[in-house]
Amino acid sequence: MRIALFITCFNDTMFPGTGRAVVEVLERLGHTVDFPQEQTCCGQMHFNTGYRPDAVPLVARFARTFADYDAIVTPSASCAGMVKENHPVLAAEYAPAALQRQVGELVPRVHEFTEFLTDVLGVTDVGARFPHTVAYHPTCHSLRGLRLGERPYQLLRAVKDLELVEVPAADSCCGFGGTFAVKNADTSSAMLADKTAGVLATGAEVLCAADNSCLMHIGGGLSRQGSAVRTMHLAEILAATEGGAQ
Amino acid sequence: MTNDRGVVWLDTPAFPEAARTALADTQLRANLKRATSTIRDKRLTVAAELDDWEQLRESAAAIKQHTARHLDRYLVQLEEAVTAAGGTVHWAADAAEANRIVTELVQATGESEVVKVKSMATQEIGLNEHLAEHGITAYETDLAELIVQLGDDRPSHILVPAIHKNRTEIRDLFRAEMGHWGQPAPEDLTDEPRELAEAARRHLRQKFLTAKVAVSGANFACADTGTVLVVESEGNGRMCLTLPETLITVMGIEKVLPTWSDLEVFLQLLPRSSTGERMNPYTSAWTGVTEGDGPSAFHLVLLDNGRTDTLADPVGRQTLGCIRCSACLNVCPVFERTGGHAYGSVYPGPIGAVLTPQLVGVEQAASLPFASTLCGACYDACPVKINIPEVLAHLRAKVVEAKDGHTVEGLAMKAAGKVLDSPRLLGAAQKAAALGGRALARDGKIGRLPGPLHGWTDTRDTPAPPAESFRTWWRKNREGGSS
Ligand code: SF4
Repeated sequence: MRIALFITCFNDTMFPGTGRAVVEVLERLGHTVDFPQEQTCCGQMHFNTGYRPDAVPLVARFARTFADYDAIVTPSASCAGMVKENHPVLAAEYAPAALQRQVGELVPRVHEFTEFLTDVLGVTDVGARFPHTVAYHPTCHSLRGLRLGERPYQLLRAVKDLELVEVPAADSCCGFGGTFAVKNADTSSAMLADKTAGVLATGAEVLCAADNSCLMHIGGGLSRQGSAVRTMHLAEILAATEGGAQ
Repeated sequence: MTNDRGVVWLDTPAFPEAARTALADTQLRANLKRATSTIRDKRLTVAAELDDWEQLRESAAAIKQHTARHLDRYLVQLEEAVTAAGGTVHWAADAAEANRIVTELVQATGESEVVKVKSMATQEIGLNEHLAEHGITAYETDLAELIVQLGDDRPSHILVPAIHKNRTEIRDLFRAEMGHWGQPAPEDLTDEPRELAEAARRHLRQKFLTAKVAVSGANFACADTGTVLVVESEGNGRMCLTLPETLITVMGIEKVLPTWSDLEVFLQLLPRSSTGERMNPYTSAWTGVTEGDGPSAFHLVLLDNGRTDTLADPVGRQTLGCIRCSACLNVCPVFERTGGHAYGSVYPGPIGAVLTPQLVGVEQAASLPFASTLCGACYDACPVKINIPEVLAHLRAKVVEAKDGHTVEGLAMKAAGKVLDSPRLLGAAQKAAALGGRALARDGKIGRLPGPLHGWTDTRDTPAPPAESFRTWWRKNREGGSS
């Protein structure tokens, strides 16, 4: 199976550790991962902010870059959702038939990282050890967009020495929402305050999720409050091993 | 106060500013949180009782889509059936026309008072204000509407218009204001719900017994029989619908259903989705007029007011399927923090964020499609499966289009698009961000910043971008070693 990593522009720039973790986990499971250098961005910011035509070249680039792979894996639920749901919409609206076809063929091969592990590779125990109390935040895109459901929990429960705790009102949005956090900063902050209070109530040492964007938002709030709770992408926890970096 | 189509309330500030007022009101936020979370849990419980809930939602969506496709036909059929049953149908293209029609109908009766059943359509067109200008007083009889009217306030929720008020605030309002509108509240009124309801009942009874004209909205109308329905919890609506001599119903054209039997679907979905009850206490249905039973004159005003324009939009038209259950409001994390007034419209919350801009034109409510994180909770809750996030994103594009891209944001998006369409430029931008970010950071974190990003940085730290992007790491460590 030819597996490509779609790191996403945001992770590439801000959270390269997540990409390294994904590579590590997949290689540990015996797979080879490729990183096509022509990749950039899924166009989510443009699409969600109303600049649809500006996202179209990115759709074309994505389709071109990943056309030859059997599986395209990404450690971002919201970017996976963008590709799966909105690339076909944009293609139908703006692109010639050839690209529409290409997008249509590609979409089923795009997988969010945890879903790729459980559904495609059929593993829940990736041989990780992480001796910490961990809370999982189901981001809106993993919860209601991709319907990841139990998958992240299954993976976390299989991690050795990890204690999983539940955030109260886990399914309520953290208030990030991309440009929402800037355009409606006050409302976003109010939502964030409730979310960080929930995280703190769990007593967790680490908060993880399948989207670094939401984690940056929640982690930024926790950090401003002087909290010691760390935020980590789920992949980084799955990459942690006995004797490895903790 | 009204736009050129006569839709009220667009004078409020844009959503982010309006929200700020609400966010600062801790009492309001506590009231909202309590009310929405209670009703949210109730809804989940009663929806889970039906094992065919998802099929019911599918059916509802299918019926609404079908009706929208043939709306012209069903409206004409409705008109024929209502007329055959002794009612009169009036067509109103916009708010101004609807207001004129209703005012003339009331004037023709010689009356100067009307009782009202809670109706969103008449709020949308500002009917009460219009009637007042012509010397006619409209008395709201829904308890929550009464609270709003006495407080010279605005509704903040579709189903619970006074959700922003708690019991003590309501008690104070009753004591201070009821006397000006009719029967005063008892001197020793407490904030016990039972006492409050009793005070309202006594206050309203006088109106029910004297009013000769009633104005209502409609939850549904069946094209095949000409039957109009109102569902409610208190029974005050039933009084309005049966006691007066003349009944005037103002109904958005999207409320029509093809047949009486379609109600089977909606009467299961609506109460569960709105109040979290298996069945609403009162369902009143009437077909034209019946001699010796109820009003002797019935007028149905069919209101367009932007609805056919909405129908013309293939993505936006699903919004017209809304049955105003308010489930989307109660699950919306934004509504829970800001309340309904921030939306500047009688339709608040997620449905308001998509419906209002379509009814009035996106330019006039340009901040509303952005008043959401696109978290999707509304779509999951909606009993008619309106894909609100999809419509929000669609309307955002329309807002941007209306501004023609010549904004700071538009230019920035164009520039970002150029960078993101080139791995080389992206790499360069990453280097610049790493340098710039690290220069700004202390202890690896970027703190408060002035300028356009202050909204973000006021409450959150941002990690400094790492020196090495993933693609650089890959090139150094894996390049050539794969596939
Ligand atoms: S959009 Fe759906 S959930 Fe919201 S009020 Fe309308 S029918 Fe109810």
